Amino acid sequence: MTRKLALIVWLGLLALTAVEVWLAYIHTPPLTMLIILLFVSFGKAALIASYFMHLRYEPRAAFRLIIPVTVTFALLLLGFLPDAMRLAERRK
Amino acid sequence: MTHVHAQSKQLGMWLFLISDTLTFSTFLVCYAYARLANPNWPTPFEFSSGVLTAMLMTLILLTSSLTMVFAVQSMRDGERPVATRWLAATILCGIAFIVLHATEWRHLWQIEKVATNSNPWGVPLFGATFFALTGLHMLHVAGGVIYLSVIATAVARGKFSTEDVETSGIYWHFVDLVWMFIFPLVYLMSVKA
Repeated sequence: MTRKLALIVWLGLLALTAVEVWLAYIHTPPLTMLIILLFVSFGKAALIASYFMHLRYEPRAAFRLIIPVTVTFALLLLGFLPDAMRLAERRK
Repeated sequence: MTHVHAQSKQLGMWLFLISDTLTFSTFLVCYAYARLANPNWPTPFEFSSGVLTAMLMTLILLTSSLTMVFAVQSMRDGERPVATRWLAATILCGIAFIVLHATEWRHLWQIEKVATNSNPWGVPLFGATFFALTGLHMLHVAGGVIYLSVIATAVARGKFSTEDVETSGIYWHFVDLVWMFIFPLVYLMSVKA
């Protein structure tokens, strides 16, 4: 990766951060904000992993080793969240 | 043989980072669980102070990732003194992040009276999950500063190869990547109305 490309990625990350902060500044409704923030966060994470961590330039095997494990585990964890909503309903 | 050795170092780092990703995912889901389960979850961060401080911390971490990329590039170009300077810049950014974070913690502790087991809003899980999540991340930044200091010292003395700097870079970028989730989900979603 060239220094110029690194600089472009860095500027992109700064711009995405500015978008996130702006959403908070204008007090975007929580659910809309959460959805947008998640998309932007995954976008930023993809930029960092692909370019700064060189995943884009690694053999495909590295990608296959890292991404499915983490995504599967994260999805499994989300299974707990409906229970949190049940608790919230009881506390209202 | 050297190439295989270098690859094994990076593979080791990637395997560690996979396990670390799972740890951070668990902490983030715990935070989300606690937040969803408590309808009166506090939103203690003022935009003009708390969020702007966290934004500055984000800018510092992103900049440190850029200086780390430059350090790796300089090592590839065989410019060890330049690489050492970029590594020093990365370390300074890491220290600045820790100082800002500690200041913010002190504010929460002393001004907002948020502790790990109590706070003015009556939702003790806020302090517990907030300090656990951000504390684990700060621990990683502190560990990264020590790790990079060892690497920078060795590089300045003509020891260690490009692959060693690359491996430390992967760790440092990971610390940056995790913050890209903590900053929006913990800070931006908790701005005072």
